[in-house]
Amino acid sequence: MESTNDQQGELYEVFIQSKPGQSFKHAGSVHAFDKNMALQNARDTYTRRNEGTGIWVVPSKEITALSLEEQAYFVEPSTDKIYRHPTFYNLPEGVKNM
Amino acid sequence: MTVQAVIEQEKLAQFEAKIENEIKIEPNDWMPEDYRKHLIRQISQHAHSEVIGMQPEGNWITRAPSLRSKKILLAKIQDEGGHGLYLYAAAETLGVSREQFISWLHEGKAKYASVFNYPTLNWADIGAIGWLVDGAAITNQVSLQRTSYGPYSRAMVRICKEESFHQRQGYEIMWRMMEGTKDQQRMAQDALNRWWWPSLMMFGPHDTDSPRSEKAIQWKIKRESNDRLREKFINKTIPQAELIGLKVPDPELRLNEDGTYQHGDINWDEFYAVINGNGPCNKQRLQHHIKAHQDGAWVRETAAIHQQKMNNHGKH
Ligand SMILES: [Fe+2]
Ligand SMILES: [Fe+2]
Repeated sequence: MESTNDQQGELYEVFIQSKPGQSFKHAGSVHAFDKNMALQNARDTYTRRNEGTGIWVVPSKEITALSLEEQAYFVEPSTDKIYRHPTFYNLPEGVKNM
Repeated sequence: MTVQAVIEQEKLAQFEAKIENEIKIEPNDWMPEDYRKHLIRQISQHAHSEVIGMQPEGNWITRAPSLRSKKILLAKIQDEGGHGLYLYAAAETLGVSREQFISWLHEGKAKYASVFNYPTLNWADIGAIGWLVDGAAITNQVSLQRTSYGPYSRAMVRICKEESFHQRQGYEIMWRMMEGTKDQQRMAQDALNRWWWPSLMMFGPHDTDSPRSEKAIQWKIKRESNDRLREKFINKTIPQAELIGLKVPDPELRLNEDGTYQHGDINWDEFYAVINGNGPCNKQRLQHHIKAHQDGAWVRETAAIHQQKMNNHGKH
């Protein structure tokens, strides 16, 4: 078998939840031929030392990402809405539990 | 200047500003072609080294002297396989497939660390490898955690977390042998004698003979020079040797006034001979990798057919 015709499966992105209740965080990627194999490979590759209890695997090609050209203006609207932050507001002296 | 050239120049300026400000470069970002090429070569070489490096240690799994040491060695070697996978994944983000990296290795177009072309003759060698070879790798990898390419940097952070057990288990083997019989002490010293110089060579040629390094440091792919990293490794390793009664095989070794060490000449002829395929085990290492890969071909073929079937049924 010619090695360049070799197949090593599809790319999956791996997300790990370090503890119940925490957000899932991207850990890296694995190759696999189906989703069960992707889960097993993710466990063997990314959780050999209790790095997490929860694992998600997602085919890399299913992920939609912001393109580089869009980046600047796409995220821009949030920067001028400073009233979304609690520090924007003036409060009377002495107010508590707020 | 053409519009295209102006745009290119603007992109280069943005890229250089990111490097300057310690902002990581990510896979979809624009990058100079030479930056991409340098990363492809360096990361894949690093990945191949992790995987080929499993062989000299694998040689002793069935002959480990106790169940404890066998379990440790298995876990250590499994980690190295994992390190190879993290690094292949990082290298793949640069637009080259895993299959391509493997075939470049098999065709002899890709290199791996020359140190893995030396044989493991007895159990003390497993101690020397963990202590010295992993110790040298750690010195390099700690520095590479700050590399400018995001996926490479993240792989390094993950790897460094796992490496410190590797070095400790090796040092523990050496220490136990030095606490043992005269024969065990001789074995430990003999292993150090054989692995010391190849470990120093792991950092690559002297800065003055390393033409690619300058650009790599300018782009912050590498953060410290070969000689600087080698010096760091020597400075921390010599006291470790002395503590357990081992002697580094370098008659010209001297302690400088500032606490650093001056080492004797490295045999660069040997280094280049081994890198170019003429070390004691080069053929064996590559043959073994090719055989293991070919032996597994039927599994990949079967899995690919399974995948095709699942896709045709419309369920993934
Ligand atoms: Fe490693
Ligand atoms: Fe290691």
